[in-house]
Amino acid sequence: MALSEKDVQYVVKLARLEVTDQEVAKYTQQLANILEYVEQLNKLDTSNVEPLTHPLDVKNVFRADELRPCLTQAEVLSNAPEPQSGHFKVPKIM
Amino acid sequence: MEYEPVIGLEVHCELKTKTKLFCGCPTTFGNEANTQVCPICLGLPGTLPVMNAKAVEFAVKIGHALNCAISKYSKMDRKNYYYPDLPKAYQISQYDKPLNYAGYLEVPLKEGMKRIGITRAHLEEDAGKLVHAGGKAGRLDSSDYSLADYNRGGIPLVEIVSEPDIRSADEAYAYLTELKNILLYIDVSDCNMEEGSLRCDANVSVRPKGTEKFGTKAEIKNMNSFRFAKQAIEYEIKRQVALLEKGERVVQESRLWDVTENKTKPMRSKEEAHDYRYFPEPDLVPIVLSEDYVKKLKGQLPELPGAKRARFASKYGLTPYDAGVLTSEQELAQWFEEGAKHTKNPKGLANWIMGDMAAKMKEQEKELKDLKFDQKKLCELVDLIDAGTINSKQAKEVFAEMFDAGVSPAEVVKSRDMAQVSDPKAIEGAVDKVLAENPSVVADYKGGKQGVIGFLVGKVMQASQGKANPKLVNEILKKKLDS
Amino acid sequence: MKNELLEKTIHEVSADLKAKKVSSVELTKAALDYLEEIEPKVQSFITITRDEALRRAAEADKRLASGKDVTPLTGVPIAIKDLLCTKGIRTTCASRMLETFKPPYDATVVEKLYQAGAVSVGKTNMDEFAMGSSTETSFYKKTKNPWNLNCVPGGSSGGSAACVSAGQAFASLGSDTGGSIRQPAALCGIVGLKPTYGRVSRYGLIAFASSLDQVGPFGKDVEDCAIMLGAIAGHDPMDSTSADVPVPDYAAEAKKGIKGLKIGIPKEFFPEGMNREVSVAVKDAIAQLKSLGAETVEVSLPSSPYGLAAYYVLAPSEASSNLARYDGVRYGLRIPGENIVEMYSKTRAAGFGPEVKRRIMLGTYALSSGYYDAYYVKALKVRRLIKQDYDKAFEKVDVIATPTCPNPAFRFGEKTGDPLSMYLEDIFTVSINITGLPGLSVPCGMSKSGLPIGLQLIGKAFDEATLLRTAWAYEQATEWHKQKPALKEE
Repeated sequence: MALSEKDVQYVVKLARLEVTDQEVAKYTQQLANILEYVEQLNKLDTSNVEPLTHPLDVKNVFRADELRPCLTQAEVLSNAPEPQSGHFKVPKIM
Repeated sequence: MEYEPVIGLEVHCELKTKTKLFCGCPTTFGNEANTQVCPICLGLPGTLPVMNAKAVEFAVKIGHALNCAISKYSKMDRKNYYYPDLPKAYQISQYDKPLNYAGYLEVPLKEGMKRIGITRAHLEEDAGKLVHAGGKAGRLDSSDYSLADYNRGGIPLVEIVSEPDIRSADEAYAYLTELKNILLYIDVSDCNMEEGSLRCDANVSVRPKGTEKFGTKAEIKNMNSFRFAKQAIEYEIKRQVALLEKGERVVQESRLWDVTENKTKPMRSKEEAHDYRYFPEPDLVPIVLSEDYVKKLKGQLPELPGAKRARFASKYGLTPYDAGVLTSEQELAQWFEEGAKHTKNPKGLANWIMGDMAAKMKEQEKELKDLKFDQKKLCELVDLIDAGTINSKQAKEVFAEMFDAGVSPAEVVKSRDMAQVSDPKAIEGAVDKVLAENPSVVADYKGGKQGVIGFLVGKVMQASQGKANPKLVNEILKKKLDS
Repeated sequence: MKNELLEKTIHEVSADLKAKKVSSVELTKAALDYLEEIEPKVQSFITITRDEALRRAAEADKRLASGKDVTPLTGVPIAIKDLLCTKGIRTTCASRMLETFKPPYDATVVEKLYQAGAVSVGKTNMDEFAMGSSTETSFYKKTKNPWNLNCVPGGSSGGSAACVSAGQAFASLGSDTGGSIRQPAALCGIVGLKPTYGRVSRYGLIAFASSLDQVGPFGKDVEDCAIMLGAIAGHDPMDSTSADVPVPDYAAEAKKGIKGLKIGIPKEFFPEGMNREVSVAVKDAIAQLKSLGAETVEVSLPSSPYGLAAYYVLAPSEASSNLARYDGVRYGLRIPGENIVEMYSKTRAAGFGPEVKRRIMLGTYALSSGYYDAYYVKALKVRRLIKQDYDKAFEKVDVIATPTCPNPAFRFGEKTGDPLSMYLEDIFTVSINITGLPGLSVPCGMSKSGLPIGLQLIGKAFDEATLLRTAWAYEQATEWHKQKPALKEE
């Protein structure tokens, strides 16, 4: 599974990043090296192994359906780059 | 060529928990923007979700009501995509281990019941709301900017995905109606489409009738009422058939229902394919439901509309249609059933409920809880008719007074002295008087014009101020005239 | 000038505070003055909170005067890694992305330290979003290793390690996703502990990789670490992955001795060709433990060498999702754009440094359609194999001893050109995060060039007490932790 520049460009788009053509070449090289290192995982036979998502065996953590205080609108918007009339303003979507 | 539509529906139902899925913010609708938000549902760095137990309970109830298998082991996953209404840039949803799967819904159609498969019903969080402003404000594709409000973000949703078993817009409408009814019965959602607590998307394709292979589908969004859903699906079927008949292809895409133009329109296609990169949500732990828990929730379900419908038909001798109307709302069904205890003629009661009562309630915009009379009084009316105390014309008057003032029908009959006169002696007197006053009519009758008897009946009824039993009047008149 | 009080440990200075030999305000002022004096050299801090610290010190003095609710941390100046949310105090994750971000809430661990009466003097430097092993990826500054200012302090919690080593704070909080507490502790010659996953709340810890991250303490010695852990450990209903397991009195547990303790030595952690100074120091330390009454047993962890490869799939995958929220909409940096996608991309391109971008790309790739099973699921399966290795080893032993890092501190820029060489720094530490087990690094030697070497102790889940006990016994018998750095360039 050799990583191509096209793969990197796809991932850049998917992750909402932006890179120059020069950077694409550099990142492709670096990521390919790392992936090559990662390939060693295939030396291990995992055909009968279940994936382990959580390091510890915990299940069923629930909270009661009880109200807790909200932030004020001012607090909610306190870090907003562009607040407008109680909302977060964003540039046009289409 | 004849074409057959293939339709699958995705319904998003907001659960009526007090708080959001992963935090303690309220779920109330319509408050000022960004006032029902905390660090968690705002997706602030460092915050973590904790699952609302009630939401799981409601979701499992939905699974039961839709005859689903309930997963013993379930988990939450992250669905990754960027959109400004999604504070974490991922939605916590369920991917390969939904809480409920492989169910079905029996939908009443004119032709009878139809079973529509339920692929899955899984738990997820709602997104916030965007207001599209500037330019042609309110429209996504031509606004200058948008404003994000996260009050709705994080409200628990259950997404109910049907199998592509639906074959017409009418079936889709019936499915949605039945599904909504069930959700209301089990009391897990307000199902208020105007407030967005019930939302629906449709996957529509068509194929030559008799073929197996699915055609290319379009996903129809933005149908915010069942009526629009029906119209949109109807339109979409026609559009696709027309394309195929012209020898063109249907493009796989998302389309929006445009209410003003009454047509579906393509959403401006995003430049990339979706790659949601689902993976297990590491901040939440698996949901492992015990047999007891699952069973207990099943036991808590009320009788569902389908079962109730069948029972009403057999127990009360109602037509399937009438049983359907009476069970279309749980409250109404209860109201009827409570009433049926007080009369020997439940069918008569049903007719009054669906007839005059429904009409008046609609006209005066009243609900059951606003009524000034109870079932006992309405049953009294039914019984008065059945006993022959009043006739059906009088009954309408009595009903009106009971509806407006809440008085008991017996009292109305009494105070207005309406009781039907069924005493033959009293009627005979009136008949004699009418015969004496109308000798020429009597002569006509005896001369062979038997039809004039109706005139004489009318006169007797008039004389008795409508209270005489018309059947008796008729009998006595005939006897006297023919003797 | 360094006040001699600043040379003390928490357990020593806490006695002085209780005995009213010094007030918290005096101690905090001394700490802040010295902190600021040497800060140009060490550069441990992103934000120094002098006013806030003095306010809390005054409160602590009231508590000390009343004698009520006094803990060993009451009135003691400590520091907090800048990825733990502090209400109203900017929390940057050493990223340009969060340069102006002021959380409206405190992380649970911060709240707990405040409740214990600790006085925070500031937010420490780190690798951007905790991604790195040298603190060089910080957007703001390069923290220096107090033992040699030309060397890195390790990372990602480099600022938290350096400030304790240099005496700018008595202890600090860091976070450890692949070694980010243990490695800088080793490189800076102090004690650092990564608790069992779930032992300490993650609420308010800005996530790097959610299933691996854990908050933990740095201390000048084992007892200080025990005191800090005791203050932050425990179940938190705000964190679904926090465990409801009783918290022992760690400081008391630490002093119980190690007679009969079984220590496992895994050969996989002593590969051929490894740094001789490191292997000698660690082996000497193991011999020392044996002489103190412990028994050593050879154990095998055959899958553990694959930990790093699994880690560099799992951690970036989770990170790619965790860092998606930095989109310029609700907080943090925004670079304007013609439309939303342009705004997102420009913001994220400008807000994140190269290492963060690299890991986001790597993780996005590993999770993307067509590669998920080959990378992500495969890594999760290897994760189980590694866990099974440890479970098996811990049937035989109480503690496992290894080197913390393959090498002592390296020079600035030495590994920045080749990301993989930097990643290999975590080779001995990552498998502990993958398995969720607790790990501790305690100073166990000095290289010829005067750089500290660390011994890593790995324990059973929720058995931090045994780690502390082992390290404390070792510390009592050795002098490494008493050596102080000279803050010189060499």
